[in-house]
Amino acid sequence: MRIRVSPADAVIGLLVALLAFALVVQVKSNAGDTQLANARQDDLVRILSDLNAREQRLRDEIATLQATLSQLGEGAAGREAALAEARRRADELGILAGTLAARGEGLVIRLIPGPEPLAASTVLEAVEELRGAGAEAAQIAGLGGHPVRIVASTYFADGSGGGLVVGGTAMGGPYTLTVIGPAATMRTALTIPGGVSDAVARDGGTVIVDEPGEVTVDAIHVPTDLRHARPVN
Amino acid sequence: MIAVLALVAGVVAGILIEPTVPVALQPYLPIAVVAALDAVFGGVRAKLDGVFDDKQFVISFVSNVLVAAFIVFLGDQLGVGGQLSTGVVVVLGVRIFGNVAAIRRRLFRA
Repeated sequence: MRIRVSPADAVIGLLVALLAFALVVQVKSNAGDTQLANARQDDLVRILSDLNAREQRLRDEIATLQATLSQLGEGAAGREAALAEARRRADELGILAGTLAARGEGLVIRLIPGPEPLAASTVLEAVEELRGAGAEAAQIAGLGGHPVRIVASTYFADGSGGGLVVGGTAMGGPYTLTVIGPAATMRTALTIPGGVSDAVARDGGTVIVDEPGEVTVDAIHVPTDLRHARPVN
Repeated sequence: MIAVLALVAGVVAGILIEPTVPVALQPYLPIAVVAALDAVFGGVRAKLDGVFDDKQFVISFVSNVLVAAFIVFLGDQLGVGGQLSTGVVVVLGVRIFGNVAAIRRRLFRA
């Protein structure tokens, strides 16, 4: 069997083949490409300007968020610094007021009474000398009583039987003063002629100044509620 | 028979060769394809009606494609390419529907 192909049939076949070819090519290019490749110029311009506006908006948003971030960072740093400062002051005041145990360079002074008991005024004089020499925290311990932190309101009185009453606690000799402060200055202050050492020696007692490097003052003063004084705003 | 063989050959060639559409032709190819489809359906209808004419088919095919491409080109020049393309596709789509309806009536008597 033989198919006769006329010229007209050949042309028609060519055209139809061309159509099918173009159809497939177009479908494939549409499927493979993104929409942008087939978009018209004015559409592309509109899309581009949309994208530019969007980019601008996002940039503005980034700038705003970064400003907020840096503000928050500064705020946090400021609060941290204030907190650290407040902690430092609280520690300092706690040591001065005797509500915190303290540790540092200092002296351990033993006051050993002779035949005569030590007078409260002599011990007080020793404490005053140490304060004058820069003592920052001090406690006193004796026989028959727990160690007492020496603060601004601590009093020294002569007790019955030759002992001392320090801040309400009775104790007997020998006494141990533990003082935090400049060791060399305080040692000099105790041994000046006519000073504490001489006064104790006059009564027949002995002063032994020990310098162990770091000392610990761990007696705590329980603060009393103030009844009269109020802070001035 | 030859037309069907040619159709299959064209599809196979398009799949195998995988050409990319030249940028200059990109706006015109889809419209040209739709116009050619219109001519082909018109030809099939004429064949079924028994009034098919080789010369008329070839001329209508070529002129359809050229006119469609020219209208799109003109639209692009005037700045209404998108709208005009839509219009051409709508008109050709209506004609294709009409031809397909006639073919259907002829084939299924319905």
